[in-house]
Amino acid sequence: MDKWQEIFDTISKNKLRTFLTGFSVAWGIFMLIILLGSGTGLQNGAENQFRIAAVNSIFITGGATSMPYNGMPVGRRIELENEDYALLRASYPQIEWMSSRFFIRGSINISYKNKFGDFEVRSVHPEHYLIENAIIHEGRFINQTDLEEYKKVAVIGTAVQESIFGDEDPMGKYIKVNGIAFLVVGIFEDEEGGYENRMVYLPITTAQRAFNGKGKIRQILLTHNSSSVEQSVMLTANLRNYLARRHNYDPSDLRAIRISNNLEDYKRFSDLMGNIRLFIWIIGIGTIIAGIVGVSNIMMIVVKERTKEIGIRKALGATPYNIVGLIMLESIFITSIAGYIGLVLGVGLLELVGGAIPRTEFFENPEVNLAVAISATMLLVTAGAIAGLFPASKAASIPPVVALRDE
Amino acid sequence: MIKLNAINKSYSIGKNSLHVLKGVNLDIKDGEFVSIMGSSGSGKSTLLNILGILDEYDSGEYYLGGTLIKNLNQSKAAEYRNRFIGFVFQSFNLLSFKNAVENVALPLYYQGIKRKERNRIAMEYLDRVGLTDWAHHMPSELSGGQKQRVAIARALITNPKIILADEPTGALDSVTSQEVMQLFKQVHAKGMTLIVVTHENEIANMTERIIRIKDGVIDTPSEKTNMLTGTEA
Ligand SMILES: Nc1ncnc2c1ncn2[C@@H]1O[C@H](COP(=O)(O)OP(=O)(O)OP(=O)(O)O)[C@@H](O)[C@H]1O
Ligand SMILES: [Mg+2]
Repeated sequence: MDKWQEIFDTISKNKLRTFLTGFSVAWGIFMLIILLGSGTGLQNGAENQFRIAAVNSIFITGGATSMPYNGMPVGRRIELENEDYALLRASYPQIEWMSSRFFIRGSINISYKNKFGDFEVRSVHPEHYLIENAIIHEGRFINQTDLEEYKKVAVIGTAVQESIFGDEDPMGKYIKVNGIAFLVVGIFEDEEGGYENRMVYLPITTAQRAFNGKGKIRQILLTHNSSSVEQSVMLTANLRNYLARRHNYDPSDLRAIRISNNLEDYKRFSDLMGNIRLFIWIIGIGTIIAGIVGVSNIMMIVVKERTKEIGIRKALGATPYNIVGLIMLESIFITSIAGYIGLVLGVGLLELVGGAIPRTEFFENPEVNLAVAISATMLLVTAGAIAGLFPASKAASIPPVVALRDE
Repeated sequence: MIKLNAINKSYSIGKNSLHVLKGVNLDIKDGEFVSIMGSSGSGKSTLLNILGILDEYDSGEYYLGGTLIKNLNQSKAAEYRNRFIGFVFQSFNLLSFKNAVENVALPLYYQGIKRKERNRIAMEYLDRVGLTDWAHHMPSELSGGQKQRVAIARALITNPKIILADEPTGALDSVTSQEVMQLFKQVHAKGMTLIVVTHENEIANMTERIIRIKDGVIDTPSEKTNMLTGTEA
């Protein structure tokens, strides 16, 4: 107790020295927190981008064979059919959401009254909008009843709305697709924007019947609930074998039916994350080393500056143990308090910034792992103490005559 | 109180060695008030530092109050300095960031005495040197004489066996020097043993005995018959 009193006294009466020692520690911790937080912000941003662009999705598209199989020639067209959709759905419980895509052959003309434009038409299943992350602005998307009852309904993108309806409300109006009238039941906007918003969605059953589809489909897209890359790769392989058997082609023929998943995106993403983490670690370790060097330097100077004081204290009866204790406790006390201040300020600033800046694609929700921050602070405090131990014990063993001579 | 037998002390400066004390024999009795004189560089401070256990000697024997002071470990040396010896330096050696009471109380801190108690005792000693009103001033706010009185209070507070003063008036004008010497006389009157290094005859003459150091040994001691008590009467 009395020891601490003596230390408080010395600290509070040597304000500049206390400030300098404390400042370097507080600054080091503060910078470390800001760095770690910014790193996490970058990481969160990247994670979010990945979430939008590349869910666990697989695209299956019809193609043509590139290898002979069972005596059949190369270049045979392989088309997906409604039955493929039904079979895959029934056979693979990992599939989360699934939709076919059917495209109208030839040129497409979409008009309302006397206005018309060149838009894309996709004929799909209801779950399509869950896969594409479309946001319904008004009305609804294609539903199961539309499919079952072959309803002539359409869901249009915001770009379509602007271009052929202008200020008029499209809901409940009829648009003509290659001369056939479809009732507008919904308006959507896609998160990806641009091209995706120039889209008109129709129920796949209606479209196949109206535009001579004959049960053929162009694409199947699906999302699955595999959590690991390995599971995702395995699912892709299973699908390939299954389709190869059904459509009679070599399972190693990647062109007959193309199956693409987001593995490459995932790889790019995980590389990016790895780099960000490495960056954070390098900077973080650099900051801690700089802090340790700073604290050691200050401790060295502090002890040198106090040689005379140490001499006086020894002449009055201080043992070497007393001297080392005084310097060490002082150093630990100052660096702990300063470290704590740096910690609080850093976390506070992150909170403030995290709340104030708008979310962007690259930076989101900066935060810091408190356990890491506290460990870093303790590391710095310990390093400061060890750094102080050498000069302190050296100073404590200087003969009092020598110490007293110091000016 | 103090007995020195053939004390030798050399300093090594590079390859050369400077033999400063060449077999010093000295006896100082309990309650004596002595001064040490000698030309500059004769080894007065060296001798005093050995007496104060601030420095070690090369050979010989040093008894302080019957205890042999030789090859002490640092903790033991610290304890003896704290319990047996009070120092007064030419340059005061007060801690600049502590006020007068705190400076005076510091030796008691190293005896493990509680803050309140130490400060109470320190106030008593400050009163004895006439500085009650200055107790809470910092050293920078005190005159040289006041600083030296604070240092004397600090030297006295542990009630040591001896007071060692190395040119205590060296930085003071003659009036203030007199004040300091009067204080020493009062302390001596209470039975304390005092050793004062000085090169001023005036100061030396106020002590009971002058020890002269020359060529590394004690010059024929010249007894002064109780001049102190004589002038005080
Ligand atoms: N640490 C040291 N290293 C080397 N030589 C020293 C050391 N301390 C003192 N000396 C030398 O020893 C001799 C005696 O020094 P000391 O300080 O004891 O003299 P002094 O009698 O106190 O002189 P002054 O009256 O000037 O204070 C001097 O020649 C001095 O230069
Ligand atoms: Mg001297």
